Amino acid sequence: MLALDFAFFTPDVISGYIVKGFIFSLQLTLVAMIGGIVLGTLLALMRLSGKTWLVMPAAAYVNTMRSVPLVMVILWFFLLIPLVIGRPLGAETSALITFTLFEAAYYSEIMRAGIQSVSRGQVAAGYALGMTYRQTMGLIVLPQAFRNMLPVLLTQTIILFQDTSLVYAIGAYDLLKGFEIAGKNFNRPVETYLVAAVLYFIISFSLSMLVRKLQQRIAIVR
Amino acid sequence: MIEIKNISKWYGAFRVLTDCTTQVEKGEVIVVCGPSGSGKSTLIKCVNGLEAFQQGDIFVNGTSVGDPKTNLPKLRSHVGMVFQHFELFPHMTITENLSIAQVKVLGRSRDEANERGMKLLDRVGLKQHAHKHPGQLSGGQQQRVAIARALSMDPICMLFDEPTSALDPEMVNEVLDVMVQLAQEGMTMMVVTHEMGFARKVSNRVIFMDQGSIVEDATKEDFFGKPRSERAQQFLSKILSH
Amino acid sequence: MSTWDWQVFCKETTSGDVAPSCFGSGGDITYLDWLLSAWGWTLSVSVLALLVALLLGSLMGILRTTPHRGLVLLGNAWTELFRNIPLLVQIFLWYHVVPALIPPLRGVPSFILVVMGLGLFTSARISEQVRAGIQSLAGGQRMAGLAMGFTLPQTYRHVLLPMAYRIIIPPLTSESMNIIKNSSVAFAVSISELTLFALQAQEETSRGIEVYLAVSGLYFISAFAINRAALFIENRVRVPGMIGGGGH
Repeated sequence: MLALDFAFFTPDVISGYIVKGFIFSLQLTLVAMIGGIVLGTLLALMRLSGKTWLVMPAAAYVNTMRSVPLVMVILWFFLLIPLVIGRPLGAETSALITFTLFEAAYYSEIMRAGIQSVSRGQVAAGYALGMTYRQTMGLIVLPQAFRNMLPVLLTQTIILFQDTSLVYAIGAYDLLKGFEIAGKNFNRPVETYLVAAVLYFIISFSLSMLVRKLQQRIAIVR
Repeated sequence: MIEIKNISKWYGAFRVLTDCTTQVEKGEVIVVCGPSGSGKSTLIKCVNGLEAFQQGDIFVNGTSVGDPKTNLPKLRSHVGMVFQHFELFPHMTITENLSIAQVKVLGRSRDEANERGMKLLDRVGLKQHAHKHPGQLSGGQQQRVAIARALSMDPICMLFDEPTSALDPEMVNEVLDVMVQLAQEGMTMMVVTHEMGFARKVSNRVIFMDQGSIVEDATKEDFFGKPRSERAQQFLSKILSH
Repeated sequence: MSTWDWQVFCKETTSGDVAPSCFGSGGDITYLDWLLSAWGWTLSVSVLALLVALLLGSLMGILRTTPHRGLVLLGNAWTELFRNIPLLVQIFLWYHVVPALIPPLRGVPSFILVVMGLGLFTSARISEQVRAGIQSLAGGQRMAGLAMGFTLPQTYRHVLLPMAYRIIIPPLTSESMNIIKNSSVAFAVSISELTLFALQAQEETSRGIEVYLAVSGLYFISAFAINRAALFIENRVRVPGMIGGGGH
């Protein structure tokens, strides 16, 4: 049995190694969530538009993203973005772009279900009041869809937060990387991975408890 | 046969049964009625221990239901039960529905179980449907199969929990006919139902429940002739008015 | 962007020569050989992890629907634990931490550790599906089983589980497809599966696009095959008279 020693986790070590990675993980989660929901909503509207030239590319995009492992998507973008823009790009920036575009595919499936959960009568009512498509969607359908799907969107965001650890594949400096480097420098990999696991667990678990609370509140309001 | 002694039951702080006492003698047919939420379904499920109770005890053929040492599966295998929503096993054919518990619980051979099952299926007039799955039968047919399934265990008594209330009106009689026949053959039966025609025809006693209590426990002549409690009178006038 | 060069797969990995048959000979292997063996590792990890996940996930899901508080708590704790830690972190725990804390596990090959890591991670998700499947059956089925004199285990075996599993075939299918995709994290502990092949072959050959396309294609084919297999099973076990069933 190995004696565990957490004494090296001083405030200096935490601020030196962990905080930087934590900030990037949060940044990545928030950017990909907001960007992903916006793009995902557009993709969902395209898929529900009934116009083949919009449905086809949106469906192809979503299905492609969903059929490839996220790690491979991360590698693909890290390879392709420099080819497209003609200059190398940092792992962190590449990760921000990748996660936004990747999560858009998953959020779009949620928003599509959300839009379909709003009754057709609501659309008819919007048009009957003389609203345009844009107004009907923006003022009537999307707010309801968003509210109905809020718990699912947040659950997806918790998964997204956990998935940010996969930027390991391209060496971006995230929360997990911070722990890994600290572990290597102090030769304490066992302790650092344990603490990393506990921290990820606490964050994900408390967020999912909050989502569950929210779900009950929404269920009551209905 | 069935002795219910001072049964009380709570869901958390909410009291669903209050001090219920009654008994069913061998060969008797007892009808339990009352408004919805009166606790009659809960009471009948206490008889074979499907619902736990906190006070009192129930004896089936002398065996205590409340005693933790009682082998409940064994007790239940002697007590037939028919549910409101039939509860046939949807993934099995009718034949399998009738034989599975005979084989797995009573230890009968498959041939013996199938033979007994077919005999009972014939008796409820559904022999030609033996190979089908429950989803391919009408509600009335499913409930008749459910009665045959319960009978296949050779029960010493039968419990019916609103057996006709989930059925379309035109299917009610085919199920009641089977139950009447069963009663006339001397089966001990406890039946939760609103079918007052059935109660008049074959029951020995009628129990009226309201808000978790047994309000009236009388012979059918007394119950229909001169119900004592006001609530039973109101209930009867509502249910018999049309 | 330069033109395609698919011949890269026929090159031998050490000499860099193009093998005429596209398969290696005389001790050397081509990138195609390597790719196919990597595919084999991906499939092995996925299938074994799926077995672990189905076994433990079913057990935990069932525990969560029993009337025993302690068992429910155990199932819930298991599910929350393995659901709320990122898969990659769990893989590192299995690889770096578990052998250090439990010395007898020190000699265990990393392949087995990854199978356990991926299997337990997925078991939490399968436990959710199994629990939902059992709870979607009306409580009446449980009572009907018990009323026939079945014991609780018999009620699960003959009444509840056969229907619950039929109901959850679609979500189990997507979990099985996910496990193929998730097996890609095994690259992080040097399992020679598809993603590690992609990283290393890209580095060695500088033909990243061809390499990534081949790897992505194999992931797609693997997931698609699982999807077809699941559809086949779903049709085989369909119950006549149920929604979507065969009728008379």
